[in-house]
Amino acid sequence: MERSMHLTVNGKQTTLITDPSRSLLDVLREELHLTGTKYGCGKSECGACTVMIGDEAVRSCYEDVGDVKDRAITTIEGLSSGETLHAVQEAFLAEGALQCGYCTPGMIMRTVGLLTVDPRPSDEKIISWMNPNICRCGAYPKIMNAIRRASRLMSEVTSK
Amino acid sequence: MTAKLFLKTSSSARERAIFSPGKDGEAGDVGSIVDAAGCSQAEKGPLEARSSFQTEPKTLLGGTPVNPSAGAEGPEFDPSRRLFLQMLGAGLVITVLPDVSPGQRRSGGSGPAATVGARLQINRQGVVTVLTGKVEEGQGARAELTQAAAQELRLPVEQVRMVMADTDLVPNDGITAGSRTTPVNVPSVRKAAATARELLKGLAARAWQVDPKTLTVRDGVITQRQGGQTLSYADLARSQDLAEVFKAQIPADVTLTEVAPGDVLGRSVPRPNGRDLVTGRHQYPRDKTAPNMLYGKILRPPSYGATLLAIDLTPARALPGVRVVREGQFVGCVAPSTFRATEALKAIAKTATWKEVPAPSSQALYAHLKRNARPGRRPREHQRGSLDTGFAEATKVLTESYRVAYVQHAPMEPRSATAQWTGDKLTVWTGTDNPHRVRADLARSLGISHEQVRLIVPDMGGGFGGKHSGEAALEAVRLARAVGQPVAVQWTRTEEFTWAYFRPAALIECKAGVNAEGGLCAWDFTNINAGGSALEPPYAIPHSRARTLGSDGPLRQGAYRGLAATANNFARESFIDELAAAAGRDPLAFRRSHLNNERVRVVLEKAVKEFNWEERSQRITPELGVGLACGTEKNSVVATCAEVAIDRRRGRIKVLHVAEAFECGPIINPANLESQVQGCIAMGLGGILREAMAFDKGAILNPSFGKYQVARFEDMPTIDVHLVANHKIPAAGGGETPLIAIAPAVANAVAAATGVRIRSMPMRPELHRLRVRS
Repeated sequence: MERSMHLTVNGKQTTLITDPSRSLLDVLREELHLTGTKYGCGKSECGACTVMIGDEAVRSCYEDVGDVKDRAITTIEGLSSGETLHAVQEAFLAEGALQCGYCTPGMIMRTVGLLTVDPRPSDEKIISWMNPNICRCGAYPKIMNAIRRASRLMSEVTSK
Repeated sequence: MTAKLFLKTSSSARERAIFSPGKDGEAGDVGSIVDAAGCSQAEKGPLEARSSFQTEPKTLLGGTPVNPSAGAEGPEFDPSRRLFLQMLGAGLVITVLPDVSPGQRRSGGSGPAATVGARLQINRQGVVTVLTGKVEEGQGARAELTQAAAQELRLPVEQVRMVMADTDLVPNDGITAGSRTTPVNVPSVRKAAATARELLKGLAARAWQVDPKTLTVRDGVITQRQGGQTLSYADLARSQDLAEVFKAQIPADVTLTEVAPGDVLGRSVPRPNGRDLVTGRHQYPRDKTAPNMLYGKILRPPSYGATLLAIDLTPARALPGVRVVREGQFVGCVAPSTFRATEALKAIAKTATWKEVPAPSSQALYAHLKRNARPGRRPREHQRGSLDTGFAEATKVLTESYRVAYVQHAPMEPRSATAQWTGDKLTVWTGTDNPHRVRADLARSLGISHEQVRLIVPDMGGGFGGKHSGEAALEAVRLARAVGQPVAVQWTRTEEFTWAYFRPAALIECKAGVNAEGGLCAWDFTNINAGGSALEPPYAIPHSRARTLGSDGPLRQGAYRGLAATANNFARESFIDELAAAAGRDPLAFRRSHLNNERVRVVLEKAVKEFNWEERSQRITPELGVGLACGTEKNSVVATCAEVAIDRRRGRIKVLHVAEAFECGPIINPANLESQVQGCIAMGLGGILREAMAFDKGAILNPSFGKYQVARFEDMPTIDVHLVANHKIPAAGGGETPLIAIAPAVANAVAAATGVRIRSMPMRPELHRLRVRS
């Protein structure tokens, strides 16, 4: 059954009429045209669709849109401010931490989630935290470097 | 028959992709290709196999087919200047147009660009746009080809743009496969760019009435030594003369610049559109939309080869906004959202009845391959000396067989396509390695001319040899034509795991003899079903035979990163360790005494030195092993050392450290090559540890990332990549061969520690053999 609902995405509120059991991923991509968030599996098994809901990294393919309608959602498009990249985006670019780049938005969002709860993660913590996200190109070593770099970048900013 | 149609469609597309002209000797690798209906192409004539993409052309879309060769008589389409400008976006003024004569750019079957203008453009800001039919899928072609142009044009890379894989704009550079971009397309772009540079110098020389030899070029500015006069590419692009001179043919014997240290070729140039990737701005094939676009879902059979007997379409038609398309066995639902289309498809799928056909299961796979082994369509056989003589000399003879499972590419972006008809003109955005071929196939299927189809491949989300075909494109096109609106077809992960093709499974039978001196004297090696890449050993063996046999592969088989080189090298390098042990010799010493490939020797020595092999191989325990392997394929060489920890109580293994040395000639982009090597190691680890398609009764049992487990963060060892540059040969590709030595290195490490030899890729089904009761 379709219903009218408000969604807050990247600081903007939109009203849409849709079935509340539709996935957040579908709504982001097909209704709001925010295609930076990727479909990888539809079963919460690869992390390509990761977005932030509040301070939490969440797989948008597994969230019913009706359950997140009152929450603040951030997608990859909302991470940078204008032309200024988020530190995690900067770090991924600087380390060349991508190949095809399709998993990258999900990797970046999950990293943002990690650094929100643990600004200086150990390598072990990074590995266990990031493990739900798949990079089939196998850019893992450089993604590890990017996460370490982002952690440094962000702690430099906060210590200033 | 949908299933049959679909399968034939894809298998022939795959076949053409792989057998397309201009490829190196990989064709033999698919000698045993069999479609999923169990119907061997070896039994079909080549023409039949090749034409099967056009199955039911008359009914496919309800259109009237025209003579495929009558392209020139088809509706006029002018790949106009306007279109080209739109494509490149505002702010870019193109003053030189690509040569649009059908004989060159648009023939679909011709080679690379013949004229300078068909390969590159210069705008009034001096920005060069390079046109290429190659596809970017993470392997780094965009950066490499940018570097190639920048090198010869003496330009900063920021002043070079790439237009890739848009069939209305780019030359036909063939399929992106076989590690061919580096050896073939980097030189072809360099030749065009070098020719352009000389033409530009010629224009300046003419303007100044001087000898072009007196001119120098730097950063896109031409300078005359004496007079101190300068003209930039931007200045010259404003003149009408440039368009004229860029009609020149690219000579075959253009002199290329000698690449010096510090040049752009050799530098770690990052992905040119990297910023769009980290911001989500880049539109992958799956992200392309068109006005009034709808989403389509296709009805899939419950098993390979099943035939639809009956279906009730009314439950879907009752849903708001849903339209149902049925053309024989092809059934699809189209709706304003994927959600609604999926809902509709589920509603009718419940009502479908099917006739299914028997099919072998993965449990019985190797027995099935063995039972059906027979000469393949493109057999390979290398023979030296006499096996009888060789085995008569042997004091020890070993006979073993190795098994390699079906695996899938599983690129992060599953197949997808968006199709838009504008009058008689069709535009399709899709992810394929073979844009011109898929365009031609679509045109033929639709009975329209090539010129009516514009196929665009935006930088896509991975391929690994798995996207040589255009299934989703054909599906989207059929639906779009039926409903008269643009349609996107986006495969689910389950569809990708089920209906894409697979790397062929292999049963490899090995027999070899060692003489009294501990030397290899006889070698008999047979790959059943997977093909002939890297079939020959890089070892001196006086009496040897290495050959391929075809079989009746139960799944749809196709290309893969590294092709059969992975299977052949796994068997060979594992077997070499077994033979070394039988001869009472150390695996490194055994290899050193037999290697007859100097390039392999160099990387092997590099890897063992960096890994500290001599010392670490002395410290092996039942819980900690080291193994090594080497190999060569596609004119590149690799050697890998691995350290593996073994949990004997639980029967688990963890790869701790990998050192890999790789050489593919001069290095064009070190950072990108390093990424390729790391990526190959990750993919190779998935293959040796866990990846295997499970199937029964024509259905895939593990079509998800939860059940088909690729390498993740926690699987990654410490990886040391050692790139070896070799300036004695032209640059070869590096995206595949780094994959072929990791599996045997891991298997050898496990055997060295435990004494248990696992002759299976993946190892997981046999890991229980490592368990010891404490």
